Amino acid sequence: MSIDAQSIDLKDRYLDYFYKNLEYLKDGLPAYINDKREKAIQTFQKKGIPHNKNEAYKYTDLNSAFEKQYKNYMHPKKIDFNLDDIFKCDVPELNTHVVLLLNGWFYENKTPRRQLPNGVIISSFREAANKYPSLIKKHYNQYADSESESLTALNTAFAQDGVFLYVPEGKVMDKPVQIINLLLDEEDGMAQHRNLFVIEESGEAKVIVCDHTLSEKNFLTNSVTEMYVGQNANLDFDRVQNEHNGSTQISNIYLHQEKDSNVLSNTITLHGGLVRNNFYMQLKGENCENQTLGLYLGDRSQHIDNYVHIDHAFPNCRSNQLFKGVLDDMATGAFSGRILVRQDAQKTEAYQANNNILLTDDAKMNSKPQLEIYADDVKCSHGGTSGQPNENALFYLRSRGIPYKEAQLLLMYAFAHEIIGQIRTPPLQDRIHELVEKRLRGELSRCNYCEIDCGDPGKN
Amino acid sequence: MEKNKDNILHKYTQNEYKHGWVTDIESDTIPKGLNEDVIRMISKKKNEPQFLLDFRLKAYRYWKEMQMPSWAHLSIPEINYQDIVYYSAPKQKAGTKSMDDVDPELQKTFDRLGIPIDEQKRLAGVAVDAVMDSSSVKTTFKEKLAEKGIIFCSFSEAVQNHPDLIKEYMGTVVPYTDNYFAALNSAVFSDGSFCYIPKGVKTPMELSTYFRINAANTGQFERTLIVAEDDSYVSYLEGCTAPIRDNNQLHAAIVEIVAKNNAHVKYSTVQNWYPGDKNGKGGIYNFVTKRGMAQGNNSKISWTQVETGSAITWKYPSVILRGDNAVGEFYSVAVTNNHQQADTGTKMIHIGKNTKSTIVSKGISAGYSNNSYRGLVKITKNAENARNFSQCDSMLMGDKCGAHTFPYIETNNKTAIVEHEATTSKIGEDQIFYCNQRGINEEDAIGLIVNGYAKEVINKLPMEFAVEAQTLLQISLEGSVG
Repeated sequence: MSIDAQSIDLKDRYLDYFYKNLEYLKDGLPAYINDKREKAIQTFQKKGIPHNKNEAYKYTDLNSAFEKQYKNYMHPKKIDFNLDDIFKCDVPELNTHVVLLLNGWFYENKTPRRQLPNGVIISSFREAANKYPSLIKKHYNQYADSESESLTALNTAFAQDGVFLYVPEGKVMDKPVQIINLLLDEEDGMAQHRNLFVIEESGEAKVIVCDHTLSEKNFLTNSVTEMYVGQNANLDFDRVQNEHNGSTQISNIYLHQEKDSNVLSNTITLHGGLVRNNFYMQLKGENCENQTLGLYLGDRSQHIDNYVHIDHAFPNCRSNQLFKGVLDDMATGAFSGRILVRQDAQKTEAYQANNNILLTDDAKMNSKPQLEIYADDVKCSHGGTSGQPNENALFYLRSRGIPYKEAQLLLMYAFAHEIIGQIRTPPLQDRIHELVEKRLRGELSRCNYCEIDCGDPGKN
Repeated sequence: MEKNKDNILHKYTQNEYKHGWVTDIESDTIPKGLNEDVIRMISKKKNEPQFLLDFRLKAYRYWKEMQMPSWAHLSIPEINYQDIVYYSAPKQKAGTKSMDDVDPELQKTFDRLGIPIDEQKRLAGVAVDAVMDSSSVKTTFKEKLAEKGIIFCSFSEAVQNHPDLIKEYMGTVVPYTDNYFAALNSAVFSDGSFCYIPKGVKTPMELSTYFRINAANTGQFERTLIVAEDDSYVSYLEGCTAPIRDNNQLHAAIVEIVAKNNAHVKYSTVQNWYPGDKNGKGGIYNFVTKRGMAQGNNSKISWTQVETGSAITWKYPSVILRGDNAVGEFYSVAVTNNHQQADTGTKMIHIGKNTKSTIVSKGISAGYSNNSYRGLVKITKNAENARNFSQCDSMLMGDKCGAHTFPYIETNNKTAIVEHEATTSKIGEDQIFYCNQRGINEEDAIGLIVNGYAKEVINKLPMEFAVEAQTLLQISLEGSVG
């Protein structure tokens, strides 16, 4: 069967699924969200599931991920134990507002909601949609591209829950929000949550997202996160992806930055079966600053693909993309970065780099650092390198009595530090340092902090 | 100062095409349109052997099933392939032996182009295979080359005289299934050049071909094949100019190069076809498939191109580095002005061990033009110790143009070292100021800066072309700073 024919069959499965469950999908959500569903599913119908004939998915074919039969995932999972008690994804000395998403559903803490500074809202997207309709309506689906991106459209069609964060004008959050995405099920499952973060003018927030799989089953996540960062506002978006080999994670990040705002996005991919991160960063005002960084460590037959699109529409903005990766065993990596500088975006400074280390002959890296520039008074550059740890540096370390293995680790650790060093929350930085070091040593088990007995998916 | 700049900008962007005229020569043309009968007719007119006709028909049948690709960063008006004349040859009197027998009109054209065909040309030391429209008219120095065993002739002559070589090599580097335009060319190719360098021979002079599109509404489908045997060396030049034309003209050529053990092929192009007028009307569509197969150990293929013409340029001269220690090089300056569009770059496919490739691409865009670099560097699994260095710089002149870079880097071997870097910037105001301050006027300053910027590539051109290329750069964009 040809790829196209396959995709059509697959697509029909999801279409069928949508129309059969439409009433249930709409249940409990206001009209302004439900109204968008049918148009979105039509987009999905038109575009289909991306495969490697799509330029944006040249190196990542998602058909095999969508092919698996995922059980009906649209109901929140009933669990009879308190996740708060047993799951501690804690970072020492880091006090956060912890929010749990279980299979894409907001998990209501049994412990009382922590006090939030004036006007800050952290809640379930579902709840917020009913409680603050005007606020959500203003932002929902305004930044995400449900018109041409088929997977974003699929999410818009199916989205039922997620996290809503609101920081009012001039408010600075006392501590970071930590969103923990858990995947836990007895059968293969799918999650399509929808997050919305709104940081109003001069507001400041830090968001930490951790992705985990807690059971050995196959999972597919297709999430959309929309972020609005108002004038002069600040947002740190740190993410640690740590899922098992049977998982597919597609995350679509849509960022809208207003004038004078500053955003740092840092994505650390420690582990995952198939990871595709789409970043669409829109700088919609003058003097914005954006840093989109990423570190990915792949081994076995993992595949990690980062797709970054930075849109400079206004003058005097600065952006920096830096993605670094270490690929071991048969891991494959892909990077596609694009800087788009529109005609009026003069005085833009935009940089992009993608550096990779391949440790074996079976590891593969495909890189597409791209520039698309329509303004003349700009400073833009991009670069890509691919190689292995420097022989001379290795020799230097070994001549000082450091064993080969250790020397190699040291070099990789230094390689990774360029990204980790950018994390602006010190305790988190230390923690990630530790995790990355463990990961590079091959000692990291995703289950370090989990007491659920689910076999050992690490061997998966 | 601003006003002054605008004046210069105005003056230069108003530049009309300097090589525009139509030569009045009777052409032997066939009716418009494309079908199997047309292909049979072309083949028959050229008195081709059966294997070539079969090849053409196979290609045509394949092409019929294909769709024109649309992935490039170009906006291409729809092309009506049935509205093109697929064969046009200047009528020749039978048995042209000496220059005196050549049509005087034709000779005049060559004179205006400055092609060295006569005695003076001997001094220039260039053997010219002049291709006017589709048929080769006159070949000089053939005897001199023949002494060394070099075959340098038109493709049609090679088909008649060396069918075995054609049969052996044609389509081995660019198969007709390669892409849409390669399939089209394979079906209808009219003529081109053939060059065979025997073992151990170094060509005593630069070989050059002037392509020229001449009869109205004639798409040109050139086919060039260069075969360099073991230990040989050839430097091949290709230059083009075309007359002003209202209708867009399609040019879909194929260049194939085969380099065997220790062979070194240097292929240089200066392309200055009619780019269309100031409003983007007319101009040539230049969709070319150029590929070299560095199949022998220690072989080397290098492409150098200066692209200033054509309304749309869409080509990726590539090298397949199959032999161990093979080397591939790509040096390019692409200039777009007014409404020109270019999507050009290279592909370096590393297969052999210790293969090396270098890519230096300089893009300059001015006016309303769009200039893209698109390149692929692929290190296959067995290409131990492959090394690539790519540098792609873009310069923007004016705020209505675009400069884009789309590299693809695929690494499948850990020992590979691949580097890519690119920058985009505008022409340095401080550099212009520095020149002004020393009494160099703005116009000359821009000329200096641009030529300095492109020097790395121009230096790689053979001397005859380097001079022409520098002048071309000046004409094409100098002073377009906004």
